[in-house]
Amino acid sequence: MAEPESGKPSPNPEAAKPAAPSAADATKYVGTPAVGTSKAAAAAGLSSPGPSNTEIDQRRRRLVWVAVTAFLTAWFLAFFRFFLPRTLFEPNTVFKIGYPSEFALGVDTKFQQKFRIWVDRTPDRVFVIYARCTHLGCTPDWKPSENKFKCPCHGSGYDSEGINFEGPAPRPMDRAHVELAPDGQIIVDTSRLYQWPKGQPSKFNDPGAFLTGV
Amino acid sequence: MADENNGKNGKVGLVDRVKDDIQAMKVDIPAKAKEQIEGLKDPTKTQVYTSIFRHKHDDTPRNRALGVLSNVFLHLHPAKINRDAVRYSFTWGMGGITFFLFNILTYTGVLLMFYYHPSKVQAFRDVLYLEHDVPFGKILRNMHRWAAHLMVIGVWLHMFRVFLTGSYKKPREFNWNIGVLLLVFTLLLSFTGYLLPDDQLGFWAVTVGTNMARATPLLGHEGPFGSMLGMTPYNDVRFGLLGGSIVDANALLRSYIWHCIGIPIVASILMIVHFWRVRKDGGISGPAPVMLEAEADKPRRGPKAAGE
Repeated sequence: MAEPESGKPSPNPEAAKPAAPSAADATKYVGTPAVGTSKAAAAAGLSSPGPSNTEIDQRRRRLVWVAVTAFLTAWFLAFFRFFLPRTLFEPNTVFKIGYPSEFALGVDTKFQQKFRIWVDRTPDRVFVIYARCTHLGCTPDWKPSENKFKCPCHGSGYDSEGINFEGPAPRPMDRAHVELAPDGQIIVDTSRLYQWPKGQPSKFNDPGAFLTGV
Repeated sequence: MADENNGKNGKVGLVDRVKDDIQAMKVDIPAKAKEQIEGLKDPTKTQVYTSIFRHKHDDTPRNRALGVLSNVFLHLHPAKINRDAVRYSFTWGMGGITFFLFNILTYTGVLLMFYYHPSKVQAFRDVLYLEHDVPFGKILRNMHRWAAHLMVIGVWLHMFRVFLTGSYKKPREFNWNIGVLLLVFTLLLSFTGYLLPDDQLGFWAVTVGTNMARATPLLGHEGPFGSMLGMTPYNDVRFGLLGGSIVDANALLRSYIWHCIGIPIVASILMIVHFWRVRKDGGISGPAPVMLEAEADKPRRGPKAAGE
């Protein structure tokens, strides 16, 4: 900007002259203003095409932000809910395994593949061990020659009743709920497990954790 | 134009126009041909060429910078960098090698997808099929496998280098954090890929890995405060990851989608930010600039030398 009224002559007074236009000149253009611009609107005799009030409407702005936030939040929650299916196509956790008389003293592994359980008979009880290592959930192997369960993943060892004695397992293997059906067969429910957490009372003697007198 | 032809001499108008066109073509065609021939002589002058490459290639500092800046891929990189900072003994080249391995994994991974079905019946058979029958299947699968192992190692070594050279410090703290996220996503890619062969190794590895998620604070049913918040094996974070309470068909499919689509997209976006930030944070950190002894008495290049 040239300094006005500084006393010194302007370096180019001729050029400086048209730089002081009158108010009427302000709306004059050379050429055709681009369609849709404020200049074109003014040339067509319209007032400014923008909002007449240029102040920020705080209430409207807040409403817009709340709407955007609520919309994104709803979708965000829906995204997570989406990953939790309502219907599962998983094996039934309640099943019959036959008559108690079919199981001899000791560990029976014949339902390990099908139901992930071992049927265990001691002199006074029949109970069902859920075949999942309490460390990180692998299926241990029954080693008849060593009379123990051994987990192949991290080496936890359990005795023939599923009580941990070596390796990282924090507690004995869980036992599944058992009861006798009216027809005399054993019904197992692996969704109802009896635990013996470390340093806490054992649930292994709760009713339903074992069958006796069968 | 239509008006001109509407009169009684419509036909004459048409003939005139055709004559005009022919006249114009007599001038235009040789001119076009000349242009084509010149284009063949010097392709850099053609419109096609200049529309793609928007600057000259004379060896000036400006053009060299533009060569990087005007390329969508290269512009993520510094236009100039201290010579000593890219010394392999300083960088170990580990960031670049990791990115290279990611590209190999993307390429081989997409090809493996053509023969792999993420279902319990087919997954393992497809892996055997790839190993034993698909042309180049064995090398593709093994490239994918080895590149995956090497990428994890590469990320660790890259982080180790960055740590040793103090490159995580101001002003590069933000990029270090992006890098930590990239490490996490690299490990997640590794983990989700582990289940895909649906063999004993992968199955039990994912069983073990997701059983740890049971102990997640708040969100796991065996974790701190989990049971207080109503977490059970049927609604906690592990359930959401597996799509069920056991590692089964849903888990395989989810693993596949996260492995092939979800995580690569997020990791790619983070990589773009990571590379771009290297430049914005002042390029690769490096030792103080040194001159070669041979150059010590020569004038330096660049604007400084011009000013002297």
